[in-house]
Amino acid sequence: MFRNQYDTDVTTWSPAGRLFQVEYAMEAVKQGSAAIGLRSKTHIVLGCVNKANSELSSHQKKIFKVDDHIGVAIAGLTADGRVLSRYMRNECINYGFTYESPLPVGRLVVQLADKAQVCTQRSWKRPYGVGLLVAGLDESGAHLYYNCPSGNYFEYQAFAIGSRSQAAKTYLERRFENFADSSRDDLVKDALMAIRETLQGETLKSSICTVAVVGVGEPFHILDQETVQQIIDAFEIVGEQEGPAAEPDAAAGQGAAAADQGGSTDEGVAPMDI
Amino acid sequence: MTKQQANWSPYDNNGGSCVAIAGADYCVIAADTRMSTGYNILTREYSKICKLADKCVMASSGFQADVKALQKQLAARHLIYQHQHNKQMSCPAMAQLLSNTLYYKRFFPYYSFNVLGGLDNEGKGCVFTYDAVGSYEKVGYSSQGSGSTLITPFLDNQLKSPSPLLLPVQDAVTPLVEAEAIDLIKTVFASASERDIYTGDKLEIVVVNADGIRREYMELRKD
Repeated sequence: MFRNQYDTDVTTWSPAGRLFQVEYAMEAVKQGSAAIGLRSKTHIVLGCVNKANSELSSHQKKIFKVDDHIGVAIAGLTADGRVLSRYMRNECINYGFTYESPLPVGRLVVQLADKAQVCTQRSWKRPYGVGLLVAGLDESGAHLYYNCPSGNYFEYQAFAIGSRSQAAKTYLERRFENFADSSRDDLVKDALMAIRETLQGETLKSSICTVAVVGVGEPFHILDQETVQQIIDAFEIVGEQEGPAAEPDAAAGQGAAAADQGGSTDEGVAPMDI
Repeated sequence: MTKQQANWSPYDNNGGSCVAIAGADYCVIAADTRMSTGYNILTREYSKICKLADKCVMASSGFQADVKALQKQLAARHLIYQHQHNKQMSCPAMAQLLSNTLYYKRFFPYYSFNVLGGLDNEGKGCVFTYDAVGSYEKVGYSSQGSGSTLITPFLDNQLKSPSPLLLPVQDAVTPLVEAEAIDLIKTVFASASERDIYTGDKLEIVVVNADGIRREYMELRKD
């Protein structure tokens, strides 16, 4: 994409009928680190790649629990994602308070999409620079949605967003027909393999990815690092090289610090989170 | 012309009694299950006890509609807390939240007389007692509701500890073991049911300790 005279304002159409600012916002999603989601009839698995700025810093939180039955993985401007997660959590709490029942995912994504659309039609706002993979359960089963900065949303059997997501998408396209009847564990394995595709040669370790599951009878939760590593080890041909001194990975707390510092408990590093 | 008076009240009293006792490593919270209005019984099986967090339980007597609204408020606020802090609220934290929530409606109060019980961050039992507008205090034991005037003097006799204003600071928690405390609760409610018409039917006892939360029931007089 190149700069042109129609891309300064979100409220300016191009002669070809495009809103460039919105498209640039979608570009921001493509630059973020990968997030993938896949679903069966009863479960949805979300996964993401954790990239830390430097070896000294913690990684960004990209998967958020919204409610017991809804979770979201984001790619793009994670700050925007955090704010939208807070909005989603609030909506779920308020709906639950009023109706004493869980907010249907389908409703939530529409609200989210409408919220995003507002930012594409106000001159004093900018579009949210984050793509959201919303995983949720409702009476009709398991659902996976993708919400764009443009205000559009789509339902998917499986999807990947962010950088190098095409590799994951190719993997998922080959396998998605089997997902509907997959077992929960197979789904998690497929998620990890899809994440591995985006790493393009780099070794898949539980310290650089996060996996979360939600399903019938299973509230949304992020799997802890040990569990993820065990699953990786189970299908990796080459064993994991956690290496004694190899990675001074501040956030991961792997190796000797066997104290279960799972992805979810990384929240100890407060500065990144609300 | 005299000022018009309201010919209805937004409040009602559904009666009932609540008690909580704190021990060294446990907390017992109990309430009867009778819900009344005036001289009538609405139901014999209504729980006045609500679990607010993993180690925090509240029992409330008074106007049960307000109690239900209060419980929902606290539950929603607890969810927000969990999202932000990634952990459950501690009992002292919930105690402060309850106080603030009650005072928020200082000029149209929740007609709810609460006792909060649970374990603090060190695993020691704690009980907090409230008035309708949020004034609260950490105590070793407490009773609220229609039977409180009958129950409190007896608990004072059995459990009263030296004033917290004295030095050296003495522990408010009772030296009784869990089983003894439960026995005391049963005795106390059986006595209250004899003379308080609003207390009776069934006694619900909730015990919070390191193993978690468990529930017990005992029959009371049904008259």
